[in-house]
Amino acid sequence: MNTGKVTIDGQVVEINGAKNILELARRVGIEIPTFCYHSELSVYGACRLCMVEVEKMGLVASCSTAPVDGMVIHTNTARVRRLRRMIIELLLANHDRECPTCSKSTTCKLQKLAKQFGVTKVRFGKRDKQLPIDESAPSIIKDPNKCILCGDCVRVCKEVQGIGVWDFAFRGSETQVSTAFNKKLSDVACVNCGQCVAVCPTGALTVKSEVDKAWEAIHDPEKTVIVQIAPAVRVALGEEFGLDSRDVTGKMVAALKKIGVDKVFDTLFGADMTTIEESMEFMHRLKNGGKLPLFTSCCPAWIKYCEQTHADMLKNLSSCRSPQQMFGSMVKKHYARKIGKKPEDVICISIMPCTAKKFEARRPEFTTGGVPDVDVVLTTVELAQMIKEAGIIFDELKPVGFDNPLGMGSGSALIFGASGGVAESVVRFVAGYTGGEEVGRVDFYPVRGIKGIKEAEIEVEGNTIKIAVVNGLANAERLIQRIKNGEAFYHIVEVMSCPGGCVGGGGQPGVNDTAARVKRIKEIYSLDAVNQVHKAQDNIYVNKILEDWFGGPASSGTHNDLHTKYTPRKRISGKPIDINNAEKGGSVQVSVCVGTGCYLRGSYDIMNKFAELIKQMGLEGHVDLNGTFCLEQCDKGVSIKVDDEIITGVTEENVEQIFKSHVAIKVDLAVNS
Amino acid sequence: MLKTREDLIKLQEKAKDALRKEKMRILVCAGTGCVASGSLKVYDALKQKLKEKGLEVKVELMEEKDNEPCAVNTSGCHGFCQMGPLVRIEPEGIFYHHVKESDVDDIVEQHVIAGQLVERLLYKHPVTGEVAKTQDQVPFYSKQTRVALEHCGRINPDDIYDYIAHDGYQAVAKVFFEMKPEEVINEVLESGLRGRGGGGFPTGRKWQFAAAAEGEKKYVICNGDEGDPGAFMDRSVMEGDPHRVLEGMMIAGYAIGADEGYIYVRAEYPLAVKRLRKAIADAEQLGLLGENILNSGFSFKIHVKEGAGAFVCGEETALIASIEGQRGMPRPRPPFPAQKGLWGCPTIINNVETLANLPSILLRGGKWFRAFGTEGSPGTKTFALAGQVAHTGLVEVPMGMTLREVVFDIGGGLKKGKEFKAVQIGGPSGGCLTEEHLDLKLDYDELRKVGAMVGSGGLVVMGKDTCMVEVAKFFMSFVQSESCGKCVPCREGTKRMLEILTAITKGQATEEDLKLLEELAYIVQDGSLCGLGKTAPNPVLTTLRYFRDEYEAHVRDKKCPAGACKDLQDYYIDPEKCKGCGLCARVCPAGAISGEKKQPHTIDKAKCAKCGTCIEKCKFNAIYTA
Amino acid sequence: MESPQRKFQKLQQIIDKYEGKASQLIPILQEVQEEYRYLPEEVLTYIATAMKLPPATVFGVATFYAQFSLIPKGKYVIRICDGTACHVRGSELINQAVRKELNLQDNQSTTEDLQFTVERVSCLGACGLAPVVTVNDTEVYGQMTPEEILAVVKKLREEG
Repeated sequence: MNTGKVTIDGQVVEINGAKNILELARRVGIEIPTFCYHSELSVYGACRLCMVEVEKMGLVASCSTAPVDGMVIHTNTARVRRLRRMIIELLLANHDRECPTCSKSTTCKLQKLAKQFGVTKVRFGKRDKQLPIDESAPSIIKDPNKCILCGDCVRVCKEVQGIGVWDFAFRGSETQVSTAFNKKLSDVACVNCGQCVAVCPTGALTVKSEVDKAWEAIHDPEKTVIVQIAPAVRVALGEEFGLDSRDVTGKMVAALKKIGVDKVFDTLFGADMTTIEESMEFMHRLKNGGKLPLFTSCCPAWIKYCEQTHADMLKNLSSCRSPQQMFGSMVKKHYARKIGKKPEDVICISIMPCTAKKFEARRPEFTTGGVPDVDVVLTTVELAQMIKEAGIIFDELKPVGFDNPLGMGSGSALIFGASGGVAESVVRFVAGYTGGEEVGRVDFYPVRGIKGIKEAEIEVEGNTIKIAVVNGLANAERLIQRIKNGEAFYHIVEVMSCPGGCVGGGGQPGVNDTAARVKRIKEIYSLDAVNQVHKAQDNIYVNKILEDWFGGPASSGTHNDLHTKYTPRKRISGKPIDINNAEKGGSVQVSVCVGTGCYLRGSYDIMNKFAELIKQMGLEGHVDLNGTFCLEQCDKGVSIKVDDEIITGVTEENVEQIFKSHVAIKVDLAVNS
Repeated sequence: MLKTREDLIKLQEKAKDALRKEKMRILVCAGTGCVASGSLKVYDALKQKLKEKGLEVKVELMEEKDNEPCAVNTSGCHGFCQMGPLVRIEPEGIFYHHVKESDVDDIVEQHVIAGQLVERLLYKHPVTGEVAKTQDQVPFYSKQTRVALEHCGRINPDDIYDYIAHDGYQAVAKVFFEMKPEEVINEVLESGLRGRGGGGFPTGRKWQFAAAAEGEKKYVICNGDEGDPGAFMDRSVMEGDPHRVLEGMMIAGYAIGADEGYIYVRAEYPLAVKRLRKAIADAEQLGLLGENILNSGFSFKIHVKEGAGAFVCGEETALIASIEGQRGMPRPRPPFPAQKGLWGCPTIINNVETLANLPSILLRGGKWFRAFGTEGSPGTKTFALAGQVAHTGLVEVPMGMTLREVVFDIGGGLKKGKEFKAVQIGGPSGGCLTEEHLDLKLDYDELRKVGAMVGSGGLVVMGKDTCMVEVAKFFMSFVQSESCGKCVPCREGTKRMLEILTAITKGQATEEDLKLLEELAYIVQDGSLCGLGKTAPNPVLTTLRYFRDEYEAHVRDKKCPAGACKDLQDYYIDPEKCKGCGLCARVCPAGAISGEKKQPHTIDKAKCAKCGTCIEKCKFNAIYTA
Repeated sequence: MESPQRKFQKLQQIIDKYEGKASQLIPILQEVQEEYRYLPEEVLTYIATAMKLPPATVFGVATFYAQFSLIPKGKYVIRICDGTACHVRGSELINQAVRKELNLQDNQSTTEDLQFTVERVSCLGACGLAPVVTVNDTEVYGQMTPEEILAVVKKLREEG
């Protein structure tokens, strides 16, 4: 451990293991400004704002310099200030300064620091090149003209999520943060987790707002507006109003009522249904030799990731819809009928800590009679904005309870908001289910906390059940590789994409760092501790509705309405690779998939075999061959597409036969002859 | 395959023998410059002609020949590229320049067969008219002291035996069998060798850090990403004496305990890559690279990595990122590469020229090296002499030689009709110096004192018609386009500095802009992440310091004193001189010139693009600017 | 011209030769560019897939280095050195002359017929011969003038 003493601005400070000067200064109450330093990410050292003067060394970047015994550090000299001001001025010059209309206004770090350092004038010309804004994705908007190239998004996507949707492209003053080939965000492997938005210091990456859609529904007298609120929202919303989480739940319900929604229900209700269905599914698989490990399916970013990257594991995913979608399905299919409305006249708004939920709500399978089960997804921040827009003084609201019957939730459902919560809920349910009433409260500490990978074991009817809980998709990938390599086995794996779980979601307020997440997690568990309804099966309304509307848990009713299926999904769009001068226009079009899954299974060799066969049989000019990126059949072996027909499971053994029976036979020798 | 040190010594004897048996050796320069001037044609013609004449011709040193053969070889760069193609004939060191294919007959018949010098191909002093028979008598060479360039132009770079005949690989043999790693480091410390790539950091010190760093795996990287516009010494060494670079790396590897090395070569140097690859293959074949070299217990392998066109990769950490397959963006230091470098392992990065000095230092001792140069900057340094100087090319001189000696004695002063104004030294990281600095001793510390840098040793001489603001703008535009874009001061700062400089050269800048330029310069210097950014303002700061009046003239009077900034002048045709030939009107790309045939023409100011084509074309000097 | 299939096989061979190692991305791109003469998007996606790298990373590397081109280049790539020595000896005039001759617009570097690409490059390291121009990296022309570059273009046009 790094030890010794340094002097910071005249104050003698013990180093005590501090990684760098910046962290050490924070410990003694000196906030050194920075754009690109995040303790969770690798040190990048690019913004140069954190430079300090060290005697005998001169100016050094405090984020990347370790304190050394005897160092004398000055954080606020004339030279340091001059540098910081100019850096801010330079960044402002190249930044689209439309601050009043920017959704990051007041939370923008660039704006904050400009004020803090008294930068009141920009002496340089404006940004010379306007780049197009990308609004293609359901969750995230990218405005490159506001990007300051700190690289936080690049690193969070690579290091925390292991995806690497963003990277730097070009160089020098032309440098941009970009997707592959500058494609639309909706055309690449983005899972919509919003972690890039959470770390972006400016308005370059923002959440796509659905506030207007919400207002429109609320103001429409024809519509019954139902709101559901996810667990992690209530422990973070207070931050938007400078409050801790005490009474926030009740005030939040009160605020929504004032805003004018018809019913305020709780996603906790859906979460309890999820616990029950998922636990039953697990026990069924356990008993009947079903696919294990069972991966949880609540996190839509994880689901998209799994569909893109691990098509061979889609059968491992729990077929349960997420709490949001269970709730939506229940509202549109059953609640609407109960109140005598058509599904399209009941508007389901969900309030989520999450940006990926916006994407999930748009998945075509989550509809009833052609209308989406969840119509509008608002983030915690969007809800706060609506409350402010409505002129509601949040602090002064009197707490109100959720509406019944769909407003009741257990502590188990509450802890869905924190990493480990779903696993613990299942543990609680199974303990109660197998152990009966006398089990009482079950607190399962090994799966709690912010740690990236957690492991635990429980005994169920003489079996040892191994559980893994991961948060952050990079951690998930590490765990999956261990499982695939046979280095580890689990019965249940809970995956949440955001660090800390949903409390750290991309839709949460302003400062969304480890400290904030840890605090929210703590609050979730303290709310759970006082909740009388402990386990999912203790929620009497859930039990009743499962019986009344679905014919009981794990029934064909729940199977139809509360479960779902997954399909492989391509990671990137783009044109195929031409293999035999395909532009000639032969009569049969053959595409061999060279996406990751098929590539790994040897689609390259199959492609060559096809090319060979075309030559051998003299079909050159009649068969157009190309390599395409993903036919979205990744779980079924090498896939090819012949005209409009997809053939899967092509191997070196059957390739010749398939060629003859599916390709050669279709050739119309009249074309191109 | 050489298995022991004795094997190497025996081979050296054999190679020297073969050398002695040569009746004559004709070295045709095959450096990039001479190749461009057609030297390979000369080489082929020579071989052809000699054979025709029935002479025994030898192209490889170790070729078995009965009689005393005449060797014909290509060599690396001689440095005097402007005079190429160059031919040197051993043993006397006769020096022929501007040799064309058509001169081959005379060289063979007159020189080789009849023993008579071909007078017209010898160097003749432009002023005194004195004829130099040998290379050493040419003033361009006579004042040089060659250590790193010792073999450049003297041996066949593609022939490992030629290198061995010239004491090649003797230094590593000595090091492996007679010295401990720390003794090697001490010898290098004793020599006082400093990094030749620009920074001038003591090489031995760098090695000490890497040797002390913990790690099973360590690397040596040879930095051949020579990107300074106007410098090409590393290219010449890699092309002209590749084995020397390998030997230097092996010495470094032995000293720090590394068993693997990379040579990172600019993409723009395909010939260097080819020669290095061959040198490595040849050394491996002989057992001079690989496992347990000469049974010393020391193993070493070397890879060549080609750059892909990014100046910033000359910076150590960016270079490492590039070898690792990433964007060449520098990383914050600490940790220094000596502690955590390539793939997180302790790594030393030495420049080509630095490494090329090592075999001589280890063979002859640090004290010997120290005898050259100055107290603080021992040894010799290569400079690439370019610009408006009479003799351009590559020179190696002892540190501490004055600028005057280099520019006027070796470089022969300015080109005809030009008058000395300034010299830009050290490329985009360096500075511009004036007449008052001509007696400055060229070494690391003296140059730093006046705001310039040795840099990689580019030395561009400029005449009175060069605008110093334009020069500063040129360098700024270079670093601006080569900035990696990572840190704010460099990315945004250089961009804005270039904007201001451009405005100045267009006469659109104000006094405030000038102040802002200076303010920015200090910020970029202070705040940038890597050396590229930190030194980027040097050309601006030195020109502001020594040529401030020129800036002020552009800003206040909207005039360019050197008459170089075309936006600040108008073009006129002197009716007295114009004969109305119409040539200017025909070549004018903007169609701005008109006039009746045989009548004085005129220029339409509004249309004139100020490109200068008309001035160049006018046979009567009738067009002028003001 | 080489068939797309040959190129595609070569592409896989190049990746295999470097064992698809991430650290070999740059040499892989260099060799693939030799094959295709530029780096088509679908080829880069294929490389990313084969090397298990995010496509954005491959795009980032390909756009960082000046050597790589994501758009097709001309048959003849004319590089005009803009090192210091060449600059002070008038390389800009050569640039203007050749661009005008080939009718290249402001940001255009390749002619419509894909015959010529004109680029400025930083120092080619042949400063003794300034100003220097290269064609397809193999032919080096020293001490160039605007007239001579036009003669070179004419010669290349005749060669077709």
